[in-house]
Amino acid sequence: MAGRVEGKVAFITGAARGQGRSHALRLAEEGADIIAVDLCDDIPNVAYSSATEEDLAETVRQVEALDRRIIARKADVRDRDAMKAVIDEGVAELGKLDIVVANAGICVIAGWDETSVEVWDQTISTNLTGVWNTVQLTAPHLIAAGGGSMILTSSAAGLKGLPFLTAYVAAKHGVVGLMRAFATELAEHSIRVNTLHPTGVNTPMADPRTMEKFGPLLEAHPKLGPMMTNLLPVESTEPRDQSNAVLFLASDEARYVTSMEFTVDAGNTQY
Amino acid sequence: MAGRVEGKVAFITGAARGQGRAHALRLAEEGADIIAIDIEEQVEEVPYPTAKAEDLQETVRQVEALDRRIVAETADVRDLGTLKSVLEKGVAELGRLDIVAANAGVDIVGPWHSMTPEIVRTTIDINLIGVWNTVMASLPHILDGGRGGSIILTSSANGLKAGPFNMAYNMSKYGVTGMAKSFAMELAKDNIRVNSVHPGGVDTPMVEGIMGVPDSGFAKGSEENPNLTGMFTQWIPGMMPPREISNAILFLASDESTWITGHALAVDGGLSQY
Repeated sequence: MAGRVEGKVAFITGAARGQGRSHALRLAEEGADIIAVDLCDDIPNVAYSSATEEDLAETVRQVEALDRRIIARKADVRDRDAMKAVIDEGVAELGKLDIVVANAGICVIAGWDETSVEVWDQTISTNLTGVWNTVQLTAPHLIAAGGGSMILTSSAAGLKGLPFLTAYVAAKHGVVGLMRAFATELAEHSIRVNTLHPTGVNTPMADPRTMEKFGPLLEAHPKLGPMMTNLLPVESTEPRDQSNAVLFLASDEARYVTSMEFTVDAGNTQY
Repeated sequence: MAGRVEGKVAFITGAARGQGRAHALRLAEEGADIIAIDIEEQVEEVPYPTAKAEDLQETVRQVEALDRRIVAETADVRDLGTLKSVLEKGVAELGRLDIVAANAGVDIVGPWHSMTPEIVRTTIDINLIGVWNTVMASLPHILDGGRGGSIILTSSANGLKAGPFNMAYNMSKYGVTGMAKSFAMELAKDNIRVNSVHPGGVDTPMVEGIMGVPDSGFAKGSEENPNLTGMFTQWIPGMMPPREISNAILFLASDESTWITGHALAVDGGLSQY
């Protein structure tokens, strides 16, 4: 039986590990070839370890084990020249581009008064401007392919405020606006643009060292703790739970779904 | 100095006490005359005491103490015919109709399995169809005036974000949010603005009757499903006085908000953003 995205090509950012790798594998399982990028370098100010070139090589290995092709390069979503080079190379090699998953992101936890200008700038430039770079630079290839699907990873914190994440919340809300704007202009090319809104996901970003940062802040502001509650009895979803939504939005099963906020958040945004 | 709604006439439902009375007084303070209705019989299915005839008389007394005129009648918002005749009488007496505050409502709380068809029907009949009746009975008079007008529908924080153990109420209040937008678009050509107001916790007999009793539906729901109790959190703690909502009603009723229509104005201390 043909896969659900058989013969399509997907570009995925932040693909070295975590949700990005999971998306690459899920789409590859269903027949897509992959163009993958990741920073693979130390990110300042984050509490968790950054992805490495070995992580990206492992994604390559796992995609190839599924008998799909993959072009994987080290690139920063903030670096438009590097991004363009990878996208052009990938499309030249794999023939076209149908699916874009703008997944790369960082998360720094800090109270509003402890958020530095540097953290603000790096968060906005990666989580918001990086998504804009991804969409704007890939769109010409999707237009050339006669249409496609873009999935922009926002967050539960892109639909409602969550505490101690000012830059992250601002960037992720911004991704929703970006999605809506692109959905209007790209619709005439049969390109669909939707956002994905995960709750907590079991990835290297959600390292205990990251989550520990919430501890003293929540102790000082106990009223805010319940905002993190999921309605469903689960603390953290698995990357594959998110990838299943990406696959649906990427596939022709969702061919008339655009400009939608897709929550895979165990009910967090309704709490 | 002229009041902010000087010379206008406002129709207010549920005006015997609580938010409705506060709206009547606030608008009267700023120069409006009032047409007020409320019920006097206990409403079926509602576990707390509903308004009584003496309550409405007290509203009359307080409005008159402000030197404004008031026509107050017993009427149930579920009875469109009575609403029409009250408005005929009120407009005949006070000369016009400019403002509508569709405020009457009930809140019967409890976990989902405690909701009966009767509770759901009563809630929708009063909170949703009652609001529609209020607007429909008022519109001919506002249109007759040819001056436009302002209609304010009382929804709730729970008309923007569902609250736990409040199924029927959530359904009705979301409906009110949609109704405001529907009327707003069609009536804009007649210069009639329609907005919704979304209160959080307000210190009224209704809320006292829900929150202030040990075996309330909220207490039962919270016991069965403690995961949801955090959803009752409001950024600004405590119960706000009804006058806080009246200030929003006054603003939307006045010419200060001439270009505001179809808007959902939350006065909820952040409850709907938690």
